[in-house]
This record gives sequence, structure tokens and C-alpha cells, in this order.
Amino acid sequence: MNANTNAVSDSRFESQAIADSPTRPTRPFFWSVRRELWENRSIYIAPLAAAGLVVLATFFGAFRFAAFRGKGLLWAPDAMQQMKIVEQQCAFTALLIMGVTFVVAIFYCLDAIYGERRDRSIFFWKSLPVSDTTTVLAKATIPLLIIPLLTFAITVVTQCLVLGIDAVTLAAHGQSLSVMRQIPLLQMEGGLLYHLIAVHSLWYAPIFAWLLLVSAWAPRVPLLWAIMPPLAVAIIEKIGFNTAHFINFLKSRVGGPPSGMSFAADMSGHSAFLNPGHFLTGPGLWGGLIISALFLAAAIQLRRYRAPN
Amino acid sequence: MTAPTNRQSIEAHNLRKRYGATTALDGIDLRVDEGRILGLIGPNGAGKTTALNAILGLTSYEGTLRVLGRNPWTQREDLMRDVCFIADVAVLPRWMRVSQALDFVEGVHPRFDRAKAQAFLAKTTIPPHSKVKQLSKGMVTQLHLALIMAIDARLLVLDEPTLGLDILYRKQFYDSLLNDYFDRTRTILITTHQVDEIQNILTDVMFIDRGRIVFNSPMDAFESRYAEVAVNPDKLPEARALKPLNERPGFGRSILLFDNVDRDRLATLGEVRTPSIADLFVAILGNKTTTREEVAA
Repeated sequence: MNANTNAVSDSRFESQAIADSPTRPTRPFFWSVRRELWENRSIYIAPLAAAGLVVLATFFGAFRFAAFRGKGLLWAPDAMQQMKIVEQQCAFTALLIMGVTFVVAIFYCLDAIYGERRDRSIFFWKSLPVSDTTTVLAKATIPLLIIPLLTFAITVVTQCLVLGIDAVTLAAHGQSLSVMRQIPLLQMEGGLLYHLIAVHSLWYAPIFAWLLLVSAWAPRVPLLWAIMPPLAVAIIEKIGFNTAHFINFLKSRVGGPPSGMSFAADMSGHSAFLNPGHFLTGPGLWGGLIISALFLAAAIQLRRYRAPN
Repeated sequence: MTAPTNRQSIEAHNLRKRYGATTALDGIDLRVDEGRILGLIGPNGAGKTTALNAILGLTSYEGTLRVLGRNPWTQREDLMRDVCFIADVAVLPRWMRVSQALDFVEGVHPRFDRAKAQAFLAKTTIPPHSKVKQLSKGMVTQLHLALIMAIDARLLVLDEPTLGLDILYRKQFYDSLLNDYFDRTRTILITTHQVDEIQNILTDVMFIDRGRIVFNSPMDAFESRYAEVAVNPDKLPEARALKPLNERPGFGRSILLFDNVDRDRLATLGEVRTPSIADLFVAILGNKTTTREEVAA
């Protein structure tokens, strides 16, 4: 088989030598992630739209509508109340953007591998030297890394804009800006980043991995296939044993990690730098990550084996 | 090793594939040398696409198969550096922009020459910033072809590449393939239903039916071996004595297809010409079907 050992001077083998020579370096993983962002523009458009909404609401709320409500005004001469309002605005901003990107991540995962089969573009992707492993891991990077970081960046910028509008509002009403200086901005943003990585990425990893697995397998309507099997298990358990361990297990996963690691606590900075040790040593995190790895490995195999038809 | 004069692009022995109870490939033996343009012809469901999928590492199989010296199923990623394929014209992602397609292929393919693709695109009317979904079907094919032809691949596999295209685009497609791409060091494997359009570009032809190779010949041998004669009714008995493969009516005469009959002898019966692949296909597959029915009865 090895023609390189044949001492035949033939133009065919010269071309062979060219083909075997080193070639331009490539970055298949980087470009696989980029193509996900090209294809799924909602990943950044949806949170940007939510951010725009928050800024607009703050702007008009501060300058127009709040004036009619009479109470709870930002510019009321009460530093405690000012502080509370500003904190609530920041928390609401983060919650809204996080909620939007969480929904985006769910629908992204459901369509990520299924969509390639549906529009038959998988033939094109598979005609290029990018392995199934690279492709599926690039897709998993979107909910596990890109979306949390994007959520963080957009939230921080939005919160700064909101605070800026607040400061202008306060100044316009002749109020002192001392409350703006008291906002624990660094602590708040640190808590947000911690929450996004710990909960939205690491703790929710099995959810996203499950959705990717369903996306690789589902013959159609992946959303149904993602929901029905867990629901069926829960119902069978209820009927057969009259227990609810499985549904409680799912609830605890969706509800976030134990030990009071709530978003509010993370945001206020109270638990953010106290709990990581507890969180990192908990069995829930590592069990979840192992299950995520198994789901992703299965998704890779399914993308490889599923006959493209 | 039998010391072939040419490097082999594809070599298969007893290639088999089953989907449940259906046998898609029933023991295929195949050898394609480098620098050949092979047409794989067969009816729907004959196993053409399964064979191509096995060659491209898209499906598992039984038996031995080497493509460019590699096992396509276990060494797929490596193989795809040297192999290109167009599975169907409609597979470019519809959301993609022309520039993104160039960026992506350049980013992942070590043998892609962007300048070459752009030069090819410049000869078309494709707007450089448009999305695939805004292009006509013919333009999508041109774009796909531009991407493929800019890749310095050793094996190009085309599965019904011109399906649904009008005749102008089909002609242009094969002209580009022959003039701008094929250089006798590459191998091209084509399946198509529009057999007659590719007859003049093929170097080899292979018929596949029910998962088996039923006919396999280089085109030059095909041309010297098979002859078609338009016979007037008065010469018909004499012609039939020479055992034609097939007989069909045509403009008041009968057109008889002969295998390995002396051309001078045939010339006395009527006008002799080389048959089309499609006619030979009908003759061979048609006869086989009859035989099968006889056996079944």
C-alpha cells in the first residue's frame, strides 16, 4: 500500500508529495464556536434587547413616570430608600438578563445538533475536517462558557448605565450623590460572576448536556423528547412506589445548589466568598459534572452514528 | 501487493451494510485508481448513497475498505483533509453568508486556497455579501463548487450534484469540474441520474443494483466493446442471430445493442454507433430483472 517506497518517478507521486507536505495551520474549535454565534444571533441579540429595555425603563421611569407615583422616589431625601431602590434596580437588571439568557441557552441546546440534521447542513459540516467531538464540544461551550460570560458583560454594562441614569437623576433633583459611592459595585459584580459560573455553568451543566444529547438523538420535536422521558420516570415512580424521589431530584437541580447559595445572597456579596469551598466539595456538583460528561460523550457518538438521511 | 501501476484511491473488498432486515450493500468489490473519473450508476435504492457514505466515513460497514490508504470510519477526520464531497446541492446552511462560508472553510481546512475560491466566485454573479438563502439554487451550487474546487483534495465525491438544476447550470458545473479542477492526479466519484450528461467526462463506469456491482468497465473498453445498430426490418432476423443484449424500437427500425460483436460485421446490418450509458444500463438491468422474475416464477 505504501507507494512512497516505490521508486517510481511519476508525476502522480509528485502530487502525492505535495499533498503530504505540511499545510496551513487551522483552528477548527475556534471557528466551530464562531459559526454557532453566526447562526444563533439570539445568543447576544436577546440579552441586548433585555438590556435596552432596562435602560429605557430606567430612563423614562426616572424622568417621567416615577414622578406621578409620589412614593418610592429615587430622589426622595432618604439615603436608605435611595440605596434600596438602586440595589433593587441592579438586582432586577441582572435577574432579567440572566433569565433571558437561560431561556436562550435552553432553546439553543435543543436545536444545536437537531437543526443540522433538519436542514441537512450536517452534510456540509461533515465534509470538512472537523471531528464530531470538536463540533459537539464547541456547541457545549456556548451555554457553559460563552453565554455566562456574555450575560456577565452585558449585565455589568447595563447596571453601570442604570447607575449613571440614577446619578444624573439625583443630581438633577439637587440630591447628594453619596449613595452612589456607597454601592458595593465590585462585590456585587464579583457575586454575579460567581453566581453565573457556579450555578448557570457548573450546576446547570447536566441540564444543558441532556438537552444537547436529546438534540443529537431526537427524530423530531426535541423539546418534547427532552421533557417526556423525565416526566415519564417521575409518573412511573409515583404510580409504582408512590414516592417522588426523582422529581425532587430534578427540582433540586433546577432550583440551584444547596447551602443557601441563592442569587440574592450571591449578589449582595454575603455568600459569594464564603461558600465556594462548600460548593466545590459538595457531591451534587461533581456528580452533575460526571453526568454532563457522559451525556456529551453520548451526544458525540450519536452525531457520528446517526445515519444522515 | 500486486504492484499496481497507479495509486489506488478507493479499494473495497466484500463491502456489506445492513439496515435491519434490508441489505443496502451486498458484498461490493471495488478498486478506483488515482486520476480516474468514475460514474456510479444505479436505480433508486440500489445502494449508491450507502456506498458513498461508507467511503466518506459517514456510516459504519462490514468488510474491508481503504480510502486513500485510510479506514474511513476510524480515521474520518484525517481522511476529510484529502477528501471533498458534495452530498446534495441543498446542504449549504441557509443562514450563512458567502464571506462566512469562505472564513469558515479557510479556518478549518488546511488545504483551502481562499484566493482561488474568490477568483472562481468573481466569475459568477453571486453577490459577495449575500446569504445562502438569498441565492438561487444554481448560485448555491456555484458557491459550493467554488469552495470545493479551492480545496486541494485528492478525492472528490459528488452525490447527485446537479439534482434540480437547469441544463445551463448542469453543463457549467461539469465544464468547471473538468477544466478548472480535474488534473489527472485527483480522483472523482460521481453518482447521478442524468447519466448521458456525464458520459463524455467519465473514464470508468460502474452499475450498481440491489447492493451489488453488476457492471464495471473503463470507458474506452466500453466504447470498443458495445455497439448499437439501427437495423431495418428486413435485416432483423440476421441481426437477432448475433444475440443482441437488448432490442428497442426506433423510427421504424429496431435498435439492437451488441456486446463484443465485430464492428465490420455489424456495419452490414445498419448504422453503427456507441450506445449511451443509459441504454446499456437499461439493457443490463432490464435483462437482470427479467431473469430474476423468471427465477422467481
